[in-house]
Amino acid sequence: MLDNTLRKVLLLGSGALKIGEAGEFDYSGSQALKALREEGIETVLINPNIATVQTSEGIADKIYFLPVTPSFVERVIEKEKPQGIFLSFGGQTALNCGVELYRSGVLARHGVRVLGTPVQSIIDTEDRDLFVHRLDEIGVKTIRSHAASSVGEALTAAAEVGYPVILRAAYALGGLGSGFCDNEAELTAAAGKAFAFSPQVLVEKSLKGWKEIEYEVVRDRYDNCITVCNMENFDPLGIHTGESIVVAPSQTLTNDEFHFLRKKALDIVRHLGIVGECNVQYAFSPDGEDYRVIEVNARLSRSSALASKATGYPLAFVAAKLGLGYGLFELKNSVTQTTPAFFEPALDYVVCKIPRWDLAKFKGVSREIGSSMKSVGEVMAIGRTFEEAIQKGLRMIGQGANGFVCNKPYKVEDLDWALEHPTDTRIFAIAAAFESGYSVDRIHALTRIDKWFLDKLFKLETTYRELEVCPSLSAVGRGLFMRAKRQGFSDIQIARVFHIAEEVVRQRRHTLGLRPCIKQIDTLAAEFPAKTNYLYLTYNGTKSDIIPPYGAQTVIVLGSGAYRIGSSVEFDWCGVNAVDTFRRKGWQAVMINYNPETVSTDYDSCDRLYFDELSLETVLEICTVERPFGVVVSVGGQIPNNLALPLQQNGINILGTRAEDIDRAEDRNKFSSIVDRLGIDQPRWQELTTMDDIEHFVADVGYPVLVRPSYVLSGAAMNVCYSDEDLKTFLEMAVEVSAEHPVVISSFIQRCKEFEFDAVADQGRVLVHAISEHIEYAGVHSGDATIQFPPQKLYCVTAARIRRVASAIAAELHISGPFNIQFLAHQGQVKVIECNLRASRSFPFVSKILKLNFIDLAVRCMLGEHPLPPDIDAFELPYVGVKASQFSFSRLGHADPVLGVDMASTGEVGCIGDNFDEALLKAMISVGHRIPKGAVLISSGNALQKADLLPACQMLHRSGHALFATPGTCRYLIENGVPALPARMPDGEGDGPSAVELIRKHDVDLVINIPKNFTHVELSNGYRIRRTAIDFNVPLITNSRLATAYIRAFCTLSPDSMPVKAWDEYR
Amino acid sequence: MKLPKATLLLQDGREFPGWSFGYHGPSEGEIVFSTAMVGYPESLTDPSYSGQILCVSYPLVGNYGIPAEVPDTEGLCTRFESERIHVRGLVISDYSETYSHWSASKSLGQWLEEEHIPGICGIDTRALVQLLRDEGAQLGAIVPEGCPAPVSFPDPNLENQVAIVSCREVIRYGSGTKRVVLVDCGVKHQIIRCLVARGIEVLRVPWDYDFNTLEWDGLFVSNGPGNPALCEATVNHLRTALKGNKPIFGICMGNQLLGLAAGGKTYKLKYGHRSHNQPVRLCGTDRCFVTSQNHGFAVDTATMGPDWEPLFINMNDGTNEGIRHKDKPFFSAQFHPEASSGPVDTEFLFDEFISKL
Repeated sequence: MLDNTLRKVLLLGSGALKIGEAGEFDYSGSQALKALREEGIETVLINPNIATVQTSEGIADKIYFLPVTPSFVERVIEKEKPQGIFLSFGGQTALNCGVELYRSGVLARHGVRVLGTPVQSIIDTEDRDLFVHRLDEIGVKTIRSHAASSVGEALTAAAEVGYPVILRAAYALGGLGSGFCDNEAELTAAAGKAFAFSPQVLVEKSLKGWKEIEYEVVRDRYDNCITVCNMENFDPLGIHTGESIVVAPSQTLTNDEFHFLRKKALDIVRHLGIVGECNVQYAFSPDGEDYRVIEVNARLSRSSALASKATGYPLAFVAAKLGLGYGLFELKNSVTQTTPAFFEPALDYVVCKIPRWDLAKFKGVSREIGSSMKSVGEVMAIGRTFEEAIQKGLRMIGQGANGFVCNKPYKVEDLDWALEHPTDTRIFAIAAAFESGYSVDRIHALTRIDKWFLDKLFKLETTYRELEVCPSLSAVGRGLFMRAKRQGFSDIQIARVFHIAEEVVRQRRHTLGLRPCIKQIDTLAAEFPAKTNYLYLTYNGTKSDIIPPYGAQTVIVLGSGAYRIGSSVEFDWCGVNAVDTFRRKGWQAVMINYNPETVSTDYDSCDRLYFDELSLETVLEICTVERPFGVVVSVGGQIPNNLALPLQQNGINILGTRAEDIDRAEDRNKFSSIVDRLGIDQPRWQELTTMDDIEHFVADVGYPVLVRPSYVLSGAAMNVCYSDEDLKTFLEMAVEVSAEHPVVISSFIQRCKEFEFDAVADQGRVLVHAISEHIEYAGVHSGDATIQFPPQKLYCVTAARIRRVASAIAAELHISGPFNIQFLAHQGQVKVIECNLRASRSFPFVSKILKLNFIDLAVRCMLGEHPLPPDIDAFELPYVGVKASQFSFSRLGHADPVLGVDMASTGEVGCIGDNFDEALLKAMISVGHRIPKGAVLISSGNALQKADLLPACQMLHRSGHALFATPGTCRYLIENGVPALPARMPDGEGDGPSAVELIRKHDVDLVINIPKNFTHVELSNGYRIRRTAIDFNVPLITNSRLATAYIRAFCTLSPDSMPVKAWDEYR
Repeated sequence: MKLPKATLLLQDGREFPGWSFGYHGPSEGEIVFSTAMVGYPESLTDPSYSGQILCVSYPLVGNYGIPAEVPDTEGLCTRFESERIHVRGLVISDYSETYSHWSASKSLGQWLEEEHIPGICGIDTRALVQLLRDEGAQLGAIVPEGCPAPVSFPDPNLENQVAIVSCREVIRYGSGTKRVVLVDCGVKHQIIRCLVARGIEVLRVPWDYDFNTLEWDGLFVSNGPGNPALCEATVNHLRTALKGNKPIFGICMGNQLLGLAAGGKTYKLKYGHRSHNQPVRLCGTDRCFVTSQNHGFAVDTATMGPDWEPLFINMNDGTNEGIRHKDKPFFSAQFHPEASSGPVDTEFLFDEFISKL
């Protein structure tokens, strides 16, 4: 029964999206808040991630855009006086913060009860020694780990268990600081790094090659316990589950094995006293029935979000209700509405999760994957054969694959090496191995992937070969065609075999009557009727479960796909808000998306959810069934945007800005000539195909230049070159220049301000807009820049010019809906650098600061409502919002943590303050900065940058911070009257203590390292300083403008003096 | 490997086209569905499926092959639930010809072929389950290409399936100070294993054997196929036993027979309960269990005598899941506490029974 003493409950969010802690916690937090709201309990949410759905109006009663740190949370508790707190919906961030508040007695002091799983149970699962001890009590086998608090202790432990060993850091998210070590040298290096994040490391015997199996378990306070889902990793143990391809349910376990592990999971969860949701991970031996428990997560997790989407069982929602005191038998299965929540879903389909990596964006990062997470997002594909699911999934990850086969040639020097050493592309190495005639046995021997999976993949190769020997498409019989479709071959894949257009395959398929069925995900494998609107397409069926209600006014909103660098939770917010507005206006809103970490794929957020591909083929098939009035392509980022023209050419009505106009903005040449015609300035650029042409163009515009290749061989895609030498190196080393792969070169303007113009237009007239200002100079990608809104240093004349240019573009492109233009501004002159006729990354940020929902307005424009321009002026706001970026360099070993023209951040926060300093400080703390108490290490780049940073250094000195500086900087500071201590360069140049040692020993609390220019020079002094700061968890800033702003903020304000105000208190 | 075509034919003439695997020959029976995701070797050898064609709703079947069966020293199967396949046919969606498991000795198809049981794959099992759910269990046949379609569809529920699958003579298993007589209506070997493992001597007797002539500390009434109303002989013997005070425990068919002996009635469910995820609640408590089930009939508790009360109730549809005598040590469960296949959460009922001996 509901605990009636709870009137107000605090929920901690997970903050910015980062590797290991991503959108899944927006989903779980949103569900929990919904569950609380349903009970009439007042909710308070702390989460600085302003782009999330959970921090939107109407989800929590009070929202604090504040760092999830003990001191801020305590102040919110003092103010709000909640009776209960939920720690399990905000990932490791919320859990760690909660444990600290519990240990320091803050919760007890304020009478705040932890709801759901007791804190002691959490501690039992987090502390490895306690964990092993607790499971020993019930005779459950764990991986014997030996805790060590020094490198020496770690070496002794490893000698005891024997190499290879795995090293883990305690209390770390997503396996941070974990790694396999084959010998003493490797262990010494890895342990050194791990101690930077954690006072304790664990040394364990490695079980490489074992199966990895997970169970999601739910328990109520009456001791009723169920497993909602089990999952099996395609990749054997040794690869973090977040880095593995995962299938649900398990495929290679017998009944005895399945239920043996299930029973253990229930025993564990009961013994630990979990109330709510819990995840149990096993290593399971492939040649017997031996097992080890790898870990237990006593909270909602990435896996639980996946399990919820895989089964239709709303784990977070149920976990929240159980935390409030309910029993499972008192809750309903939200899909059937007639049967209870106490049951275990039966699946009649298979799901396949595939991680999305963006390793190509980082220079120096190893492509090998292992026990620590590197992926930035994931997709989930649903099918009725494994082949169908995995081929869908490989397309969904959006890295250019058409499926398992029919891809660009996989180039690798040593195929055996590529099979033996898991990388982000190993699945394609398997395809290449089949193509080169490797047997399943040989691939199994190299990869240790279960032969069941490999046999299934080999069937795809077999079908490909059968297709290949057909002389033409018309020679492919209906039987073979159908088999290919049932195995998840897309029309494009088949088209590739015959070198024909996708269109031709589609027509042939339709002639043969091969169309997909629509099936429901109903939690009970059709045993009971279900009214669920959670759907997917499959060719392995003869009958569709539903017929959409014709006559109803239906629109389809295309979601954003996998989270990746550059496209993340902000587009989920846009999608969810678009659907909300349509539904409020009486429309049936259909969502298509395949990202299990999102709220938009929560089946009760729309009228019908198709958990399926965002491809032309799939969207057209859904349109055939749904017969929508129109499709929205402008709220899900670039993936739907790219579908605008092909959908329109296939007779689909695109809502909002016309597809032709979207194309005119997308096509660089078309857009450039429009801009020229309108008399709008833009940086000079040209698309070039030969080195000669490049040299001529550069001679004309002068250095530096921005180089954007269309085909990347290695490393980052974009680069700024400052000299002939830079340009030559970059073009020769990293890119291919040819008629087929042209390079776009544009002049790069230095020390120039950048502004974002986010707006909604109605038939070419700008209805509402928001100009926000980058703190960094142009050259830092807009997704990495720190942004303030309303702008605090914008000349009126610049603002007027920006507005005028934007109006002209909106009119020319007949924009109806959301759009974004990026501007450079220099001495009152503005240049356009980019224009997207879709919602941008900053839409939720500006919408929430202005308290005006841009997406809502955009949808109303699309519907032809012609809404009145809202009476709102950003310059009247008595507060400031600052959006700061979250980087995950600590997880990307060897990557140079420097910001440039290519985006590198994985998430962001947005905080509000009464003034800029306050907002910036909250935002910086939210993305992991710790305000320095002691010394600061400075290397300030070239002469200009040294001058830029001088006032900030003076301020640091006046505030009592000791300054260590590398030789050049040190001389400069002393010459300019700022006392500084010398620090030796990593290469030995200069006097004093070594800069690297200062960082390693945490003798400095902040590192400011400004690269001299944007060229990446491997193993340079700067790189080693920056990388050491990341590896040893010392806050790092690499931009002089941001460093100056941040230093001024923390020298002026102390975090304790900053007011703790909820969103609705900023008026 | 290219499979030959086959058709799943329903009595009313509706057809589902697919491919033949396993034995290439026709077979007819009552088509029932199970939503279990693992455990096909156990299910196929479960005598309770006698007379039935099983449709597995989970689409991927055959993944881990079939283990080699090596009976234990008692002569009990260690991997299967009986010595042979009892289903008359198997209907699935995606058949894994290639299997992968350390314990496997052959593929599902090879096994079906050896045992002369036809299989059909490529069927939209979800669509078939919906049909069975909405219209009730159907009679039908698997007809491989080139084989004659059956001319009639005799209802296996009109035959005494229990008599077909029950043992023919008394068999003794295990040893111990306590003796349990097990009435074999089609017993799964796991039930015997559960008793023997607890140090019990088990006397397995045929379904119609008058066990009242034997010496025992406890009586166990097993699971079994078909309509309980056809087991009049067992019910009559049970009525006599109920006059005594020695512990009685029944599972599945055993629950129904005990119900009939207690004066109650049984009825046929529209499409039965066959899955690993059936939620039951211990009556009068907040304790709930996930259970494995395989039955097409249920006890109507309203018709039982005043000395009896429901023990468990199905949380999905409210049907009876177990009964008990208010004073005497008689109880039974409609679900399968022995699991195999399915969740093992209710195995404690065996301990409960044995503690009463």
